[in-house]
Amino acid sequence: MSNATKTLILASAVATAVAGLSTTATAQANVKCFGVSLAGENDCAAGPGTTCAGTSTVDYQGNAWTLVPEGTCETMELPAQADGTPRAGSLEELDRDLPA
Amino acid sequence: MTVSQALFEDTILDPSAPVPEGLINPDGQTASKRFDVYRNNVAVSLSDALETAFPVVRKLVGDQFFRAMAGVYLRKHPPKSPLMMFYGDAMPQFLARFEPAKSVPYLPDIATVELALRHAYHAADATPVDAQALAALDPDMLMSAKLRIAPAVRTITSTYPIHAIYRANTQSDAPKPVMQAESLLITRAGFDPQIHLINAAAANCIRALQDGQPLGQAMALADDTLDLGAVLGLLLGQGAITEIY
Repeated sequence: MSNATKTLILASAVATAVAGLSTTATAQANVKCFGVSLAGENDCAAGPGTTCAGTSTVDYQGNAWTLVPEGTCETMELPAQADGTPRAGSLEELDRDLPA
Repeated sequence: MTVSQALFEDTILDPSAPVPEGLINPDGQTASKRFDVYRNNVAVSLSDALETAFPVVRKLVGDQFFRAMAGVYLRKHPPKSPLMMFYGDAMPQFLARFEPAKSVPYLPDIATVELALRHAYHAADATPVDAQALAALDPDMLMSAKLRIAPAVRTITSTYPIHAIYRANTQSDAPKPVMQAESLLITRAGFDPQIHLINAAAANCIRALQDGQPLGQAMALADDTLDLGAVLGLLLGQGAITEIY
């Protein structure tokens, strides 16, 4: 295979790769969603093998988060708080439902 | 404390060893019960860490087998670092030599996959390049261009269908594995590592790029089973290329 042919193959491969991106890049990214995980079911930045995952002690704990598909965080249905205030997930850490 | 660290370390992993002399209760008696509790906790916590680290290996061999195997492993390979997230590094080599596991010949490679997933998870973040930057390069420049690959990227080549076995044990509707050699690519576009089935030529090409070989060289290494467009598309789509240099 001549160098010119190889160059051509490479250039067309790059073109194919880049052209294909616009259609494949729609895969959903995950975001940290605070205040939606049930007690003991939070994810953790440090991951498996460490002791932080699963340490939240209160349902919907405001400073614990679960990885959820982007876009579902703030619209996820959650039960209202004891005093009737509605709950919603948040992309920021929350100060509600903290363990005593 | 009158017990040497070396003696303490030796006895902590050997349940049949006597309590080191000098370990005493407040009443002055030898602290045999307390030491046994402590000794048991060390073994159980390491064994738990291995269970968390290798869920698919555990599923393949069963709970009882895994527990017993972990007991042997943790005594042969006690942690060298306090970072428990990397505990179990020697598992593939250990399993390859572990006689009772010989009937599951693909087990070491599955352990390699689980280890690689964990390392990918903890690898440094990296900002991907804009795909257009690659497209904008002159064809002649492309041949000598080198691609910096994100730290989380791993390739694994096996003579067993590692991708299919891993999938069959982690997804409910996955097809039954068919005996064939498989290679896979691990990327981490966001927070979670992802596994992609690739062919051996693609794995070689990606490894060449990781080693700093220019694109022209990396493609020349491969035979005609290499679909370079697909490989580059996968790498770009997964944010796995962080610099063109």
